[in-house]
Amino acid sequence: MTGEREVVITSSADVVAVRQLVRSVAIEVGLSLVDQTKIVTAASELARNALVYAGGGDVRILVVENGHRRGLKLIVTDDGPGIPDLELALTDGWTTGNGLGLGLSGSRRLVDEFDLLSGPGKGTTVTVTKWAR
Amino acid sequence: MQRVPVLKLGDVLIVSIQIDLEDQSVLALQEDLADAVVDHGARGVIIDITAVEIVDSFIGRMLATIAGMCRMLDAQTVVVGMRPAVAITLVELGLSLGGVRTALNLEKGVALLDHIRSATP
Amino acid sequence: MSVQADTARRRIEELLRTNEEQIIGRWAKIAKASSEELSELYRALLASLDEGKNDLADIRGLLADLSRSRARAGFAPSDTARAVFGLKEVVFELAESDADWAEAAGGLVWFSRLIDDLGLYTFETYTDAREKIILDQAEQLLELSTPVVKMWDGIVAVPLIGTLDSARTQVVMEKLLQTLVDTGAEHAIIDITGVPAVDTQVAQHLLKTVVAARLMGAECVISGIRPQIAHTIVTLGVEFGDIVTKASLADALAHTFRRAGIEVGRARQAHVSIRAENA
Repeated sequence: MTGEREVVITSSADVVAVRQLVRSVAIEVGLSLVDQTKIVTAASELARNALVYAGGGDVRILVVENGHRRGLKLIVTDDGPGIPDLELALTDGWTTGNGLGLGLSGSRRLVDEFDLLSGPGKGTTVTVTKWAR
Repeated sequence: MQRVPVLKLGDVLIVSIQIDLEDQSVLALQEDLADAVVDHGARGVIIDITAVEIVDSFIGRMLATIAGMCRMLDAQTVVVGMRPAVAITLVELGLSLGGVRTALNLEKGVALLDHIRSATP
Repeated sequence: MSVQADTARRRIEELLRTNEEQIIGRWAKIAKASSEELSELYRALLASLDEGKNDLADIRGLLADLSRSRARAGFAPSDTARAVFGLKEVVFELAESDADWAEAAGGLVWFSRLIDDLGLYTFETYTDAREKIILDQAEQLLELSTPVVKMWDGIVAVPLIGTLDSARTQVVMEKLLQTLVDTGAEHAIIDITGVPAVDTQVAQHLLKTVVAARLMGAECVISGIRPQIAHTIVTLGVEFGDIVTKASLADALAHTFRRAGIEVGRARQAHVSIRAENA
């Protein structure tokens, strides 16, 4: 299996690059069209979050395996200000920027596994996984 | 950055998005459209997203913003050609595109605009 | 392995080799199986003992075949395992009548463990085969799912039948939405008359489909909601909001006709009167 792939996000063009790369890996893993669209959308939200709230970050894309299923794992990391209240951040409509506040909470609904690690001044790491059905 | 062209057909403006939208392109399109509606006195705007593979919250918000903006400029907006996978994802994401009219394809979008116009003299 | 245990083991092996015919005959009786089948197994067992310590690949292959063929013939997996265990009984009897009983007894533990392993292996094969059948059927069920039927020009319907799980509902719904694109139909009816029950997840999927159809520019009505299902949906607290629901498919079709501006009426003159005029 081709190993890990990485995109460094410094501009909105990189968000597009993330989408394209995630799409190609999702096809490779065998996700259905709807699931491809979901994970690409989640990747777009998370990558943009890193860009908007932390000025940039990086996205790592991995192919994972669990018994007979394959999946795609995304790790989005930034060194931004971090999120003070994780629970609040996962509520629909909560935002500190001028977004809709659907980035984190919405992405969580689009994936099978969602893990958020953050704290004030510690940056933010979001790990999500989508399994092939 | 790539710009999305705005086409004019009678008093209807047609935008067909054929590229992977970058955030800047999205913002530029918003401005271009508002200008074009005023310049041409357009009464209707059709945004064709048949070729768009994903609509995230940013692009979704652009669609809602354009619809709202055009309404203020006395033009109706119809979004046409949304793919099933995109629609399912938007619902899951929690985005409703409130106030944006939609049609299955360009032809039905034009018919919908005609229908709206005949209903509101 | 200690020298003593090794001797004991060899003693058993020798026992197996010298009494081949007698053992197979007796084993076939206990296991209620054909002696041809068993002698093949028996020879594979002897061969594996010959070749080395633990090369059981051949005999495992044979056992897998045996397990499968017996499962197909309607034997319970425990029967197959018991048939294999039957060999222990035969060898124990034989060892008892052996002159060097004490020596052979030590090897019986080793032999017993070997046969236990093989017996359990048939059980494992059986469950693996079952698992595969279940997976295949689940997949077939998904493929079989439900057709999207055209009701009228611009109106399509999906009659859902049977218990809906989350995966099946998703497949059906994706198919419905794709049909809207392919046919340009602006009206859809999801009929759940044939669905005995819905849970929260399925209700949510139905709901999301209607909203997704709307996003695409089509209208979707849910029909055939039985009283129990209506009760469940309300009790579960699933909010159907402004989604149109109808009790029967006929009501849904009538509603859709109105929305689509289609008028359907009875022919003005009754058939009987025309006949009377002709006569």
